Amino acid sequence: MKRWLRPLLLVLLLALAIIAPLGQGNYIVYTLTSWLIFSIAAMGLNLTLGYAGQISLAQASFMAIGAYTTALLTLAGWHWVLAMPLGLILCFAVGLLLGYPALRVKGHFLAFVTLAFNTLVFLILRNEEWLTGGSYGLVGMPRPDFGLFSTMKQLPFYYFTLGITVIASLVMWGIVRSPWGRAFKALRENPVRAESLGVDTRRITLLAFAIGSVYGGLAGALITPLVQFIEPGSFGVGHSLRILLMVVVGGAGYFFGPFLGAGVVIMLPEMLRFTAGYYLIIYSALVIVMLVFVPSGLIGIGGRLREKFRPRREVRADMREGARLQ
Amino acid sequence: MYRKYLLAVTTAVLTATGAAQAQETMKLGMVAELSGPGAPAGTNWRDGIKIAVEEINADGGILQNKVELIEYDTQTDPQVSRALVQKAIDEGAFAILGTIYSGSTMVNMLVAQQNSTPQFVGSEAPSIVEKGNPFVYRTSSGAQKGVPALTAYFTDTLKAKKVGVAWVNNEFGKGGRDVFVEEMKKAGIEVIADVASEQAQTDYAADVSKLKEANPEAVFVYMNQEESARFLIEAKKQALPMPLIGEVTLTEAKVIELAGAAAEGAIAHVGVTATATDVPGIGDFAKKFEETFKRKPTHDAIKGYVGAWTTKYVTELVGKADGEAFAEKMHGLCLKAADYPKILLDTCWDENGEMSRPSFMVQVKDGAPVVIGTVPAN
Amino acid sequence: MSQLLQVLLSGLATGSIYALVAIGFTLVWQAAQTVNFAQGEFVMLPAFFVLVAMGYFGLPFLPALLVGLVLSVLVLGVLFKKLIAEPILPHGGITLIIATMALGIFLKESVKEFYSAEAQPFPSMFPNDPIDIFGAVVSLQDLFNLAISLGVVVLLTLFLNRTRTGRCMQATAQNPAVAEILGVDVKRMILYTFLINAALAALASFLITPVYLAKFSNGETLGLIAFIAAIVGGFNQIRGALVGGLLIGVLDNLTATYVTAQYRAALPLVLLIVIIMLRPQGLMGTSEGRSV
Repeated sequence: MKRWLRPLLLVLLLALAIIAPLGQGNYIVYTLTSWLIFSIAAMGLNLTLGYAGQISLAQASFMAIGAYTTALLTLAGWHWVLAMPLGLILCFAVGLLLGYPALRVKGHFLAFVTLAFNTLVFLILRNEEWLTGGSYGLVGMPRPDFGLFSTMKQLPFYYFTLGITVIASLVMWGIVRSPWGRAFKALRENPVRAESLGVDTRRITLLAFAIGSVYGGLAGALITPLVQFIEPGSFGVGHSLRILLMVVVGGAGYFFGPFLGAGVVIMLPEMLRFTAGYYLIIYSALVIVMLVFVPSGLIGIGGRLREKFRPRREVRADMREGARLQ
Repeated sequence: MYRKYLLAVTTAVLTATGAAQAQETMKLGMVAELSGPGAPAGTNWRDGIKIAVEEINADGGILQNKVELIEYDTQTDPQVSRALVQKAIDEGAFAILGTIYSGSTMVNMLVAQQNSTPQFVGSEAPSIVEKGNPFVYRTSSGAQKGVPALTAYFTDTLKAKKVGVAWVNNEFGKGGRDVFVEEMKKAGIEVIADVASEQAQTDYAADVSKLKEANPEAVFVYMNQEESARFLIEAKKQALPMPLIGEVTLTEAKVIELAGAAAEGAIAHVGVTATATDVPGIGDFAKKFEETFKRKPTHDAIKGYVGAWTTKYVTELVGKADGEAFAEKMHGLCLKAADYPKILLDTCWDENGEMSRPSFMVQVKDGAPVVIGTVPAN
Repeated sequence: MSQLLQVLLSGLATGSIYALVAIGFTLVWQAAQTVNFAQGEFVMLPAFFVLVAMGYFGLPFLPALLVGLVLSVLVLGVLFKKLIAEPILPHGGITLIIATMALGIFLKESVKEFYSAEAQPFPSMFPNDPIDIFGAVVSLQDLFNLAISLGVVVLLTLFLNRTRTGRCMQATAQNPAVAEILGVDVKRMILYTFLINAALAALASFLITPVYLAKFSNGETLGLIAFIAAIVGGFNQIRGALVGGLLIGVLDNLTATYVTAQYRAALPLVLLIVIIMLRPQGLMGTSEGRSV
């Protein structure tokens, strides 16, 4: 891509995000806001899965940790700006912990461990009623107020979320471009080679989980003031799977994949509305078809088209393994 | 040229009819659990409403305006339900019908409240009407009214001293269980077995064996449909000797179909039941529902039906589609079945939107629920 | 005392179903490195094949079962291998995991939309008569479930060790490249494991649905539990899957009765995490000498 094209495109996209909700009903603004929030969660998982190659089915549980921490603290009178970082720190710590099994096992074993973790978090949220309100959930969390800028209304809250999303994306961009980012990719491509090149794979694996979890926590911290009601059922395994599909559909390992994937998952019920109840059937079938033909996701389709005209670049090593059936 | 002319005419006609229609229709937003775990309840709710809307339109609509029903599927997801209530209101719905799962209602009722839109819900968790929301109304008694109506059965009919409770551990089951335990305490009855089970649990061996070991004089069973059925099957297998008493679900047609002979003898307190066919409105509705959808109406279908008709009655009492005035009228309102036949039974709403009306005790005999007594409104 | 016996027996009956599902998992994993996250749905679906055969085509129960079995083997065995496992596996294990998850959603939602969202009764192959054993009650059905899964393990073990095809399948599982050189038709062997897996899933479906009732969401927990059973027992052993299944069935019931009902679902999960951290090859398994 030409050098000036990328920044121009980014500015255009941002401008589009700014004008998109103008003149729209509350429902559209609300949907756009939840698109941004799920993009943040998916961005975190993309670091863990797309860049570092570690599958995780626990992203919803980190959203839960972020959401409940923020909810409990803001209900106790804290300002959101103070409550949110605490939630993120907690997510970082728990994410490190969850990274430990990844040091021992990979692939489907890891998928099941993280899935089990997600269910455990759900059970704790439901059963420890004294803290979390149990299955009744928590209700009435205030939206952050910044003096002149109050986010009580839908549109200001959208711009507030957009601001956070931009900051989170810039930080992620920095991480991906840093030596850590290169170490993540090295881990994904070939853990043994990475180790021999002096990458501390233990530390990098744990970090991939911890940082990915922090993004989940941030998304949760935003869900709390958006919905103003949280309950354990909103953070079940099904939602983790939904976020995972966002990453994969958008394109795992591509920076903008999560935005595209979250957009598809959130807008699809609307677009396939004419199919009535069948949209999940169509969606899941499309995902399977996509994985058969373009496993690198929707963004990967663009890449494929480009490859037709240009010489092939490096193929992802983890996509080549296990060609046993053929 | 000709084509251009035709196009212009067509557009003009379409806009005109569109505008005319906009004046003459009133939109009802039906937001319910049409997919996901809540789908069985949500689809019945929807079909009950469909019959009501058809009848209302045949009856001249609301305030002489045709009623248009718009359906929204929450996928049984509270966050989606909130977005959809917002969407329904954005699209001009003057009242919301739904949701049924209390977890969803807790979220989306905030939106209806912010927009001063009346909302009839199928949820039975006590907390719904405890939030000071003037725009939310029940279509059946909440657990904190329904369960106490049972207390008399435990104290007077069974004369029980020790009871057990088996409940499904979600916001529905927990709500009912908490009220029950509180009620028993007031009545001086000891709860000696308190057995929680998971939603979608399949193996009830441990639950039933715990109850058998504790041996209470009666067990209160508060679960969703298939959980109730699986529980009854296991209870029969282990020959649980004491009476099993439920609220609403335990004697529903679906539970009896699933549990078969194991449902025999189960007792439940039911708000409105399609089996109470000697009440004329209920009999007519049940017949019409079965003809249209080829299945028996459930409790949720009747709730949706009553919700839609109440919207018509109250809007016409107010004389205009005005949320604030609607809310004012609803509080403390009593509708008599004699004057408002489609309300089915004499029904009142209190200051919080809680409803009360006469209810029934039902027992499964020879594979069908039979009314064994009526409970006055409380 | 009779309560303990009751809980143990019921746990064994449930556990035997987990074992059946787990065995299929194990076989396919060994032969084709394929982990099927839709395994629970594979157990949910065959019952609906039977219901359709009975309800729409008016077949009596036993022929309907046969139709259900054949359809399951075709759809969940052949089609699953040809359309999903085979084309996607070369893209990597993670891609296949995600594809089978999407498949799970696909099967679940299809049943819900095209059959029913509500639970359906399902006829039983065996009488449900209760039998009293020292104060504990089990049904004839429970005993049959237990006997059938034990029988399946014995038969499968005999098949794998005593027949030529069985040994070829084992060779394929251990080292497909060498097996190929030795003249084993590796592709065919892999297909066999998919077929056996589908048949076992159908069998499990027919055995449990009379008790669990036929519902589209039945697979959600079953697949996870069966997988945990496979890991706990040892992923490379058929008898490991049996031990894991029975163990989880019994432990689950014991926890619910004597420890906590609220956290009963946590026990298998904690067990899974502990086993993976401390003994990834499982209780009965032998180390494979490679990092899974």
